[in-house]
Amino acid sequence: MTDHHHHHDHDHSELSETELRVRALETILTEKGYVDPAALDLLIETYETKVGPRNGARVVARAWADPAYRARLLKDATPAISELGYAGRQGEHIVAVENTPTLHNMVVCTLCSCYPWPVLGLPPVWYKSAPYRSKAVKDPRGVLLDFGFELPEGTNIRVWDSTAEIRYLVLPMRPAGTDGWSEERLADLVTRDSMIGTGLPKQPHEVA
Amino acid sequence: MDGAHDMGGVAWSGPVQPEPNEPVFHAEWERRAFAITLAMGMPGGWNIDMSRFAREDRPPSDYLSKSYYQIWLAGLERLMLERGLIASDEIEAGKPLHPTKPVAKTLTPDGVAGMLHRGGPTERDARSPALFAAGDRVRAKMIHPLTHTRLPRYVRGHIGIIERVLGCHVFPDSNATGAGENPQWLYTVTFDGGELWGEASDPGLKVSVDAWEPYLERA
Repeated sequence: MTDHHHHHDHDHSELSETELRVRALETILTEKGYVDPAALDLLIETYETKVGPRNGARVVARAWADPAYRARLLKDATPAISELGYAGRQGEHIVAVENTPTLHNMVVCTLCSCYPWPVLGLPPVWYKSAPYRSKAVKDPRGVLLDFGFELPEGTNIRVWDSTAEIRYLVLPMRPAGTDGWSEERLADLVTRDSMIGTGLPKQPHEVA
Repeated sequence: MDGAHDMGGVAWSGPVQPEPNEPVFHAEWERRAFAITLAMGMPGGWNIDMSRFAREDRPPSDYLSKSYYQIWLAGLERLMLERGLIASDEIEAGKPLHPTKPVAKTLTPDGVAGMLHRGGPTERDARSPALFAAGDRVRAKMIHPLTHTRLPRYVRGHIGIIERVLGCHVFPDSNATGAGENPQWLYTVTFDGGELWGEASDPGLKVSVDAWEPYLERA
């Protein structure tokens, strides 16, 4: 970032230098025939509109509604998740971990940003940030406070550091007062953060 | 390598800052940088461990001053420069200046869904029985390789319990250097908070990492 200042006025921000660099790269790589801009558009569209935490919410809702599915998910999550059509890049090997009244699970990647894309989409900025990557393994209760909730004192905490190609999905506890709800309605309660372990599902009155 | 990317337990980072209603990308250049990085994997021919090393192998001041997708971009540029797919003067000029190096394949729009669906599974057939079983006590080795590794510093030298045997997987320490996949048994190893952080640790805390067999010794 130091040797191309002569291309721009000095009042350009770092961000606009980055913008220009990305534009330059795309032009060069396209002209060399290495990338097809239409393929790039499709990749972006996929992760902006198709692959996101709604997928994971459907998995969790099914596990809440169907005990046999829950058992399959906890035993071997990759094929169980694939039953709903979610599979592939950054979700090749998935393990589901279940919250209970005495155990809260939290997922992190201290080394970078490993995250189960097929069920949660791309990770949020905070997940990739130094504060989360450093604190989650040492002070997960403090992390939860940063997210605005306090875990009951007797609850044990289990942190899963995604250091290999295994990706983790938290199966949160089903909120009370949802007996007889359809999977569709249950899925509305499942937040992204509840599947990372930095949040809880919504309560029934929050979705009315 | 012991770099700024290995952040588990460092004390300088401040509070986590969630962003309500966060968009998937925060700028158009992030969209393009993300997509170019994914698409270049095919003509580039590098593997995920090489990509990770290209991102993390930089001075802490550089690593910490870049945003996430700026690190991706720097890693991608390095991988392309190393392989002669692009030259520095071309990036400066913003256009090709040198003959194009032939590549085996590129990503077409028709190929996107299949590429994402296939992903890159890392499990391989085992060539030898697993050394450890669930319940075994192991110590994470005290190693400080100068090359890529996935054993975070905060567990090195500490004793944990094998919780799960995860199968035989591509070994990043070999794969990142181009020395081949060299598959090794992979385990979930669980550590008590007190073992990692001392008496100040939350008594109800357990932390696990997924560790390949060469990272571990019986304890």
